[in-house]
Amino acid sequence: MEDIKKLLAKVAPGKEVAEGTQYPTIELEPNEVRAVAKKLKEAGFDYLINLTGVDYTDALGTVYHISSSTNKTAVVVLKTKTADRENPVLYTVCDIWKSADLYEREVFDFYGIRFIDHPDMRRIFLRGDWKGFPFRKDYNEVNEMPTTNVNIDDLETLPSITFDKEGKIVEKTKQLFDNNEYVVNFGPQHPATHGVLHLRVSLDGEIVKKVDPNFGYIHRGIEKMCESLTYPQILPYTERLDYLSGSINRHAFCMCVEKAAGIEVPQRAQYIRCIFDELTRIASHLLGWGCMAMDMGAITAFIYGMRDREKIMDIFEENAGGRLMPAYSIIGGLTKDVVPNFQQTISEFVAYMRESIKEYHTLFTGNPIATGRMHNVGWLTKETAVALGTTGPTGRASGWSNDVRKIAPYAAYDKVKFKEVLRNTDTCKGDSFDRYIIRLDEVLESLNIIEQLNENLPDDGVNVKVPAIVKLPEGEYYQRAESARGDFGVYIKSDGNKNPYRVKFRSPCMTLISALDPLCKGEKIADLITIGASLDYVIPCADR
Amino acid sequence: MSLELIDGINKIHEFLTSNIEAAWVVSLIEYVLVGLGFLTLYALIALFLIIFERKICAYFQCRLGPNRVGPWGIFQVFADMVKILIKEIIPLKHNDKLLFYAAPFIVIMGSLLTFGGLQFAEGVHGVDFNVGVFYLLAVSSISIIGVMLAGWSSNNKYSLIGAMRSGAQVISFELSACLSMMAIVILGGSMNLSDLMAAQEDVWFIFQSPFTVVALVIYLIAAHAETNRGPFDLPEAESELTAGYHVEYSGITFGFFYVGEYCNLFINAAIGTLVFLGGWQAFHLPFAGCEGFNAVMDAIPSYVWMFGKTLLLIFLSLWVRWTFPRLRIDQLLRLEWKIMLPFSLANILLMAIWVALVK
Repeated sequence: MEDIKKLLAKVAPGKEVAEGTQYPTIELEPNEVRAVAKKLKEAGFDYLINLTGVDYTDALGTVYHISSSTNKTAVVVLKTKTADRENPVLYTVCDIWKSADLYEREVFDFYGIRFIDHPDMRRIFLRGDWKGFPFRKDYNEVNEMPTTNVNIDDLETLPSITFDKEGKIVEKTKQLFDNNEYVVNFGPQHPATHGVLHLRVSLDGEIVKKVDPNFGYIHRGIEKMCESLTYPQILPYTERLDYLSGSINRHAFCMCVEKAAGIEVPQRAQYIRCIFDELTRIASHLLGWGCMAMDMGAITAFIYGMRDREKIMDIFEENAGGRLMPAYSIIGGLTKDVVPNFQQTISEFVAYMRESIKEYHTLFTGNPIATGRMHNVGWLTKETAVALGTTGPTGRASGWSNDVRKIAPYAAYDKVKFKEVLRNTDTCKGDSFDRYIIRLDEVLESLNIIEQLNENLPDDGVNVKVPAIVKLPEGEYYQRAESARGDFGVYIKSDGNKNPYRVKFRSPCMTLISALDPLCKGEKIADLITIGASLDYVIPCADR
Repeated sequence: MSLELIDGINKIHEFLTSNIEAAWVVSLIEYVLVGLGFLTLYALIALFLIIFERKICAYFQCRLGPNRVGPWGIFQVFADMVKILIKEIIPLKHNDKLLFYAAPFIVIMGSLLTFGGLQFAEGVHGVDFNVGVFYLLAVSSISIIGVMLAGWSSNNKYSLIGAMRSGAQVISFELSACLSMMAIVILGGSMNLSDLMAAQEDVWFIFQSPFTVVALVIYLIAAHAETNRGPFDLPEAESELTAGYHVEYSGITFGFFYVGEYCNLFINAAIGTLVFLGGWQAFHLPFAGCEGFNAVMDAIPSYVWMFGKTLLLIFLSLWVRWTFPRLRIDQLLRLEWKIMLPFSLANILLMAIWVALVK
């Protein structure tokens, strides 16, 4: 913490580091952001965790959470804001951290802040003809649902703003595709996009030239809804972000609120939450494995994955009530204690699952066609992974150690021994096969964690009494958690009321989708599908 | 009482000739009967294969498969058939109507023409050409025209890519399939299927030469690729091109492609059986003292041998389809042009030398 403060004093001289915040925070004028960002990047802060837009009612601003791939535990927060609500502009950082590309588009979509020199200021989630910017606090536009088919022509026109020679802001447009390019729509209804993702793919015969993802087909405005809900009411929505790691998302949100409100959760609840998180991770990886096999045409393997995932769903149902969305964690602990034979069921499952993984390797991993499809396809270097912020198994397959369970241990993860599964730490680049095999390895490691937690389950109750109306003290809170797809984050800005002022969920999937274009360039159509499956994204997590 | 089909057919012939004087009327009635017989067989084989595949793949996947309609779900396919017959054929706006609706018929026609050249049991066949093998190879390739037309006339980018893949794939693998059969033609010394059957009476071709085994393996791979089924299902590639060339077809027009696919599965297996595995010939041991065994084998009717061996080959095909993932287009073409084609050419050469030296 002291080192980082010294560093901040060096990169932003004269700026005061705010006291009493979770991470070292500095506020900057809009025109200082780029200089400080560049210096931070040079100092090793190469991973932009999150970029959040905030409406301060008198000003519009952004919050940057920045970390490093080398100094992993360090997180710094930059803030900037502009008082101009009519035509707000800020400076882009998307050339410094590539992952800012989509984040800044999101901020533009929701707050109307345009970023100077950002190459692509299209709306990302909302339609091009949407009126107003819905996340502003004074938003009261009426957007009527069009009853006829409206052609949205602006899918391929990229507007941007930049300075001209005299230092005045000018608007520019650029076309995404040439007129004679063969553009195919993959999705929004396509069996291999794993949800309603819309990819505009430019093809040269079988070879992919460019991929342009379009989001927003399952955007539900969860973050906006959260602003008018109390904290316990938000919980069900968290599970519906990335529905395959619902338990983990909910756990992360509970932790964020508990930390802010100073609620101490009993150890037993922490252990059980971790067991559920790991079971969720296994279920998610099994589905990811099966879907990847199915996308390559091996439907039998998919059914094998689903068969074993069913066992986890049964455990969820027996103990929590829900299956895909167990709804188990609540603020202050768990809804109820586990059933008496929980520990025995878990140890039986662990033994069973270890055998199943061997079966998977026999069925699919060793298959020459499968390995031929995955080896040497979709190389992702560690550098690109960090720049794009593709965390989780995808980043670890490229040798980037980014496991939040290790970096910032939460709940019971500091009480178990496990190793972070990494591949290619020497070559620093991973292909589809690495991203495939790392998931099966992570399942084995999760089984180890579950076994240890299950053997040492404490007995001190599963919840504490929480006031009927949870109010968080004024301030900003951020909680990271390792979801099945990577670094999941919850950002809460509270003004002391029973509703949050602003909630932002850091979606690991949005950055994964942004990796599609650099990975697929020059590969075949069939590889686009394999690479997409190996990234294992979930669309509702990206759309929120 | 004999169990052979040819006896029944002869009885019908005798019945007709004894009751009708004009020979041309008899012939006409017989032609119609044969045509109806082929059409019925065609539909029944497709229906049987659909339920067969559904059951087989269910067991591969630790499932039960259809089990509600009738015992073991065998009436499920009839229900599905009725459903697909009464489904709406969705018309498209911007496509080539004539070619679009002609394409499924061309596919069906191609496989139906092949039926005429097959031998189903001793003496039971539509026509017996002196170039039977050549005829089978030629007409079984007509289906690809239908597939290409379907992909082109749909005016859909997915189906166009699917059709392009299909063209590249089927034409490539046709080469290996033909060349592997040519090895047998060299061994049997004839293109006439009846001659080939006669040559396999004592020993099937598969046991006559080591090079037939190589030819059979090549043939099975190539024939499997020609049916557009996994791991060679690139033209359809559900997860890439949604359904490839037939993405725009609905109702019975789609049903024609579906039925055509299953019948091609049968046809390829049947050709493989006829040419390599002795067709309707029983399994004989060509040694002295094995007459008892051979007599027992002969007691089994010839159509049981034929369909049994065909089903075995179909099962192999299903086994592969439900186990392996899909190849990529470049890997697929490399497999054909760099591996299988040189192997089959070398195989023909070796077979010719072997025939010249040993026989």
